[in-house]
Amino acid sequence: MIPVTYYLILAVVIFTIGAIGVITRRNAIVIFMSLELMFNAANLVFIAYATHHQVLEGQLFVFFVMAVAAVEVAIGLALIVMIFRTRHSIDVDQVSSLKG
Amino acid sequence: MVVPDEVVFGVLAFMIVGSAIGMVTSRQTVYSALYLVINFISVALVYLTLRASFIGMTQIAIYAGAIMVLFLFVIMLLGPERLPPGRMPVWRRVVGILFGLGFMGELLVVLLWGQGQQAAIERPPDGFAGPEAIGLTLFNEYAVPLEVASVLLLVGIIGAVALAQRARKKEVDLLYVTAAEAEAVSAPEETTATQDAEEAV
Repeated sequence: MIPVTYYLILAVVIFTIGAIGVITRRNAIVIFMSLELMFNAANLVFIAYATHHQVLEGQLFVFFVMAVAAVEVAIGLALIVMIFRTRHSIDVDQVSSLKG
Repeated sequence: MVVPDEVVFGVLAFMIVGSAIGMVTSRQTVYSALYLVINFISVALVYLTLRASFIGMTQIAIYAGAIMVLFLFVIMLLGPERLPPGRMPVWRRVVGILFGLGFMGELLVVLLWGQGQQAAIERPPDGFAGPEAIGLTLFNEYAVPLEVASVLLLVGIIGAVALAQRARKKEVDLLYVTAAEAEAVSAPEETTATQDAEEAV
């Protein structure tokens, strides 16, 4: 099989693409999808090291991360729908009423 | 014929990185979602090459299945293709990409500095991370975290329903919605029905 470093580099690249997506996009849904991408990068590192050290705990962590991500998506998308109903927009730059 | 592991990994990595870039750069939100499905499935295949069969299948069922269906439901509910496209100024995009690449460089330096040539991952024994092993560990040693996760899911469901309920009641007397807009908002009753169905998922 392949050295664990390869998986590490791949995960870093995925995480960076997700971070760039969060920074440069204004569509709230695309920002959410970029967040999912970053979750995936973290999960990939967990799985790679779990197989590397031959312990099961890393995979269980990924299982719980998936559960939390599912809850986060449900709540986040409900919030986006709410914001869209009141603002008729999901552009995050326009949701600035809490600006100080 | 046996394909070398490096080739399999290379093809999957190409698919993953390509679909991730496509997701971030595509104009239409629906295309972003479909690119993300490709990405999730490719990552699940990488999990399979790491002999993590249970997590790979969970990834396909939960991420590529349930979560992406939720995303597509919301995209079709809102219809963002009818919205005026919000354009980010070019300088902000460039600054964002520069910061992202700098961050990637930092991560690579921190993680890989002085690691040298690493040995390949040893092939785990058969049934290492199969459903049986995962299930036994999950229900014996991690039973309490599992219950906490289920409570969290329940709270998430209640929270999503509560958000939608409040929206329906107060819809009309929102301060910054004019009478005409309020009509336009409350008229399509099927929107709320679709949303309820989506939260049931």
